[in-house]
Amino acid sequence: MADTDKLHVSLVTPERELFAGEVDQVVAPGVEGEFGVLAHHAPFMTTLAEGDVVILDGTTKRVFQVRGGFADVNEDGMTILAEHANEYGETVQ
Amino acid sequence: MASLKDMRTQIGSVKATQKITKAMQMVAAAKLKRAQDSAENARPYAKRMAAVIANLAKGITGDSAPQMLVGNGSTTNQLVVVATADRGLAGGFNSNIVRAAREYIQSQTAAGKKVRLITIGRKGRDQLKRQFASQIVESFDLSGTKVLTIDVVAPIADLIAREFSEGRADVVTLFYSRFQSVIAQVPSAKRLIPADVDLSAAADTGGVQPVYEYEPSEEEILETLLPRNLSVQLLASLLENNAGFYASQMSAMDNATRNAGEMIKAMNLKYNRKRQAQITTELIEIIAGAEAL
Repeated sequence: MADTDKLHVSLVTPERELFAGEVDQVVAPGVEGEFGVLAHHAPFMTTLAEGDVVILDGTTKRVFQVRGGFADVNEDGMTILAEHANEYGETVQ
Repeated sequence: MASLKDMRTQIGSVKATQKITKAMQMVAAAKLKRAQDSAENARPYAKRMAAVIANLAKGITGDSAPQMLVGNGSTTNQLVVVATADRGLAGGFNSNIVRAAREYIQSQTAAGKKVRLITIGRKGRDQLKRQFASQIVESFDLSGTKVLTIDVVAPIADLIAREFSEGRADVVTLFYSRFQSVIAQVPSAKRLIPADVDLSAAADTGGVQPVYEYEPSEEEILETLLPRNLSVQLLASLLENNAGFYASQMSAMDNATRNAGEMIKAMNLKYNRKRQAQITTELIEIIAGAEAL
């Protein structure tokens, strides 16, 4: 990884890749509760509940609505495989 | 012997055909671009899915492994899914897929296996029902759908999963056309069940098995992930099929346009020769008539 303090995250749906890049933090809705992921998170895998995936990078915050799918966190970063996903819109705080 | 007027009509009709094939070629080229894009867009998901499954499969062993991953130990009941296009006029595109499937069915039948079929796409059904009508479980016609999404293929994946879980199918193989390039579409077979796991796709851990945390348990995740993988594999294959179809149609129509051009050239030559011959005959007749006076 180029930047060791950033988390590489990609959010993909079967139709296309919605988001890919280095970010600070990701909050995702797991079936057993919402969880946040930072860089160097321990390997972790969960199925996703219906809800919002929030991707935080600096002052930008992007929110995606996802339904069905998986999140996989390993040393290469985080992969969110969502069956359906839509972006709410980019908001700058 | 055709009269000059007949020849003119014939040339006109070939010209009209050429216009149609030319238009079809251009339409196919435009659609190919879109189909190729969506096939490419679907690739990251399928690739990641394969990596995730490979990661999981590596960690899971023995009896706890789901049957969809390792199979149920039998290969007697074969389910063959044949994915073709809904339309023709694309050279050998549909026939090539059907031929590959037919060879597989015949070799499996010869080996004493029971083979049943699911067809996707009208052309495949039309070609296969002549020979295997009684073995076709279900035929899906996607000609009404404009955009292929995961929701479109879900019913097909559900049916396959049901056939497997209810013991009517032990091995599921998908026949489709792999989109290698615009000029090469390779009819291919892909094993859907037991899942064809590419262990090299798993994240390289440098020999150290990372301690994965699972929510819910590993088995439960695999149980839900594998049926989804079916849909994803199906979708990816159908999208490739789609791109391949337009590529194939484009080159078929390009050939047709060129052939029509050659035909027109040859016919024009013949027409002009005949016209000149006729004029010469007429001139001889006039001169001969004038001399007789």
